[in-house]
Amino acid sequence: MNGFLSLWPDRASAYAAQLDTLLAGFTVVIVLLSAPVFILIVVFAIKYRRGRPANRKHPVTRNVWLEISWSIVPFVLMLCFYVWATKLFFDLHHPPADALEIDVVAKQWMWKFQHPGGQREINELHVPIDQPVRLTMASQDVIHSLYIPALRMKQDVVPGRYTDMWFKAGKPGTYLLTCAEFCGTQHARMGGHLIAMSQADYARWLEASTTDLTLAAQGAELFRSRGCSGCHGPSATVHAPNLAGIYGKPVPLEDGQVVTANDQYIRDSILLPQQQIAAGYPHIMPSFQNVLGEDDVLKLIAYIKSLSDTGEGSPNREGASK
Amino acid sequence: MTSDHMVDAASHPAQPGIAETAEERVSYLRAGHTLGSWLFTSDHKRIAILYFISVTFFFFVGGAAATLMRADLLTPQADLLSDEGYNRAFTLHGVIMVWFFLIPSIPNTFGNFLVPLMIGARDLAFPRLNLLSWYIYMLGGLFTIYVLIAGGVDTGWTFYTPLSSMFANGNVVLAATAVFIVGFSSILTGLNFIVTIHKLRAPGMTWGRLPLFIWSLYATSLILVLATPILSVTLALIAAERLFGIGVFNPSLGGDPLLYQHLFWFYSHPAVYIMVLPALGVVSELVAAAARKPVFGYQFVAGSSIAIAAIGFLVWGHHMFVAGQSAYASAIFSFLSLAVAVPSGIKVYNWTATLYKGQISLDPPFLFAMSFIGLFVVGGLTGVILAMLAVDVHVHDTYFVVAHFHYIMVGGTVSAYFGALHYWWPKIIGRRYSLAWGRLSAALIFLGFNLTFFPQFLLGYLGMPRRYHVYPPEFQVLHVLSTAGASILGVAYLLPFTYLFYSMRYGKPAGANPWEATGLEWSIPSPPPKHNFAERPTVTRAPYDYTIEYEESDD
Repeated sequence: MNGFLSLWPDRASAYAAQLDTLLAGFTVVIVLLSAPVFILIVVFAIKYRRGRPANRKHPVTRNVWLEISWSIVPFVLMLCFYVWATKLFFDLHHPPADALEIDVVAKQWMWKFQHPGGQREINELHVPIDQPVRLTMASQDVIHSLYIPALRMKQDVVPGRYTDMWFKAGKPGTYLLTCAEFCGTQHARMGGHLIAMSQADYARWLEASTTDLTLAAQGAELFRSRGCSGCHGPSATVHAPNLAGIYGKPVPLEDGQVVTANDQYIRDSILLPQQQIAAGYPHIMPSFQNVLGEDDVLKLIAYIKSLSDTGEGSPNREGASK
Repeated sequence: MTSDHMVDAASHPAQPGIAETAEERVSYLRAGHTLGSWLFTSDHKRIAILYFISVTFFFFVGGAAATLMRADLLTPQADLLSDEGYNRAFTLHGVIMVWFFLIPSIPNTFGNFLVPLMIGARDLAFPRLNLLSWYIYMLGGLFTIYVLIAGGVDTGWTFYTPLSSMFANGNVVLAATAVFIVGFSSILTGLNFIVTIHKLRAPGMTWGRLPLFIWSLYATSLILVLATPILSVTLALIAAERLFGIGVFNPSLGGDPLLYQHLFWFYSHPAVYIMVLPALGVVSELVAAAARKPVFGYQFVAGSSIAIAAIGFLVWGHHMFVAGQSAYASAIFSFLSLAVAVPSGIKVYNWTATLYKGQISLDPPFLFAMSFIGLFVVGGLTGVILAMLAVDVHVHDTYFVVAHFHYIMVGGTVSAYFGALHYWWPKIIGRRYSLAWGRLSAALIFLGFNLTFFPQFLLGYLGMPRRYHVYPPEFQVLHVLSTAGASILGVAYLLPFTYLFYSMRYGKPAGANPWEATGLEWSIPSPPPKHNFAERPTVTRAPYDYTIEYEESDD
């Protein structure tokens, strides 16, 4: 992060070190595969320079076995690295169940973060080290991409769907956080910092930035003020699904499909309610597309999730939504 | 006459222009002197020249945008361009370089000129369609120039939705129209080449005797015809969403932004091979002529062009590893992307083997060919790095990608374009140029190129995102190196146009075959007569049948 010229990026996690090892190993292989080409071109250009005497008898113009071997051998070598890189990639797509959940909302041109305790920050993300963190990300407008070079990770943030990313920082520090997908005029300025802190420091930071309400409680507030409770609440007269305990459960739809009530389903039901209608209910839910922002929707999801957590034997906690 | 006897024309500056030769008097160049005789020609050779002038113009327009960007990147702050200005500069740079230079560059200039000459034909199958294709290209070009004057467009050449369809402020629909129009030019040229190569080969010019440049153009034409319509449809959908609010890609209208990326890359990845396959064909020709030997493993080299074209249609998803597509799809696309590297590897190893026991010339075209091989290897192997899933998660959308595709597109295709220009110039114009200046240009381009783009690999791995003109100060040293390289490169690209232009009047007559190369195009006078061949040639020998030494001959 500092200094006049750096030639290797910071490493903020064990994963970053693994990826660097992979790249170093692969670089050795491709240098070995390409060195003969570079060396032989120069050697041949000198040795067989036109007009220079050399043994040019019996030049070969084809050798099928040689050609097959230089097709197959490099490919097999690369396949070993393919397996390694694919394994690391799949690990990135399987967040551990005990991850700390943080919501990310990207918009032109800022990053908003919401912690489960209700703390909110802009362009700065505080996380504890040695604790898996899972980001659930939504975009308010165009495609963005959250990129933290020190973690060797990025993930596009796509409007209309949640994407996620998880990491475990291993070293306290302040690291660059940027937008990697071109998102309009101030794309180059859409950045900030990841601040990785020891668990004790993080606890202190949470304490200092605590708001009155947790994220779920803020969602409950919205649930009442936006009128959701009018239909979905316990004493509602309108025929609408009761949302208590619904999170993570299968929902039969009108067209016969069965979907899981995960983050994406709940989001779509709020913003695009006519897309998937729960079986047996009338088509009366209005769209909240122009009323609620992505950060509000994430709060409502946190609230609906919390309704399941309090219920008896709630089967689905964090991490089960994807 | 060997190249060693070529007189350095530049060393006699006081010498008056060399008088018109007998060959020139009857050549295509003198068959009509009016502007109309050029603008309404259906001669493939003249249309090639029209294309040469137009793509060279756009090359320098696109280059001017690059110059502005590199100058702005000298410092971490925005001091030359505004945010908006920088975004418009890189968008125009991309749009112009991809669609108005790289895609038409080799096929429409050297392909147009050489396809009939190499297969022994009078012209392309549809000469007037060929001219129409140039007019369509120019119409698209005029739209682009209008976009430039009207203030530009700020979406990046990729036109990602919903940024392009709902949010961007620039002339998106006009720019998309320009690309939509120029697509038809590509389709017509591809169609023309396919029919010509199938139907107009001279007697005896079997598929196994086709020059490798023709094989690679054939593969390119297949992609042009099959992939370009997808792009046209996709751009039309963007316009529909932007103008009429029809929800295709925008999620708030019920669309899917990733659908756009699938459609766009389904065209644009094969388009990468449209840009590089003709260059691979040129280099096969140059390597054989440089070594005066048959290309090692002709069948493998020819077959690898077709394999690249075929597999190239199945790898588009490697642009979307972090876009939110399924991890399983990503794993398959990653595997296929490794597979497409195999035929490229075959070509490189076979070229190297061709040089073994050759009679290697280091004249300008061959220097360009050898620097092509070096840069293409670096570009190709860094492409394989990018195909590795976990690595791509880190370097996707950084300068690493920028460096990678410039090694392929600029180090590769542009080097091959200049190699082709230096190789066939004596055939096209009928005059020799200064070999010393040619060697100097080749060396400067190689140096300037590496200095410009190698530091960008480091920048990318350090985490410098692309399309940023303000950046953290620790990246500055590498950016300064890159800009320094770009200024060498800029001068080096201008240089050939001076001595080549000079040679048109002051160069010595080239003779029919200045490089003593094989191939039908060298069997006719330079510049070629209007009707190419006095009588239809009959081919009886294999391609690249240079005399090679056997047992009892002495050195």
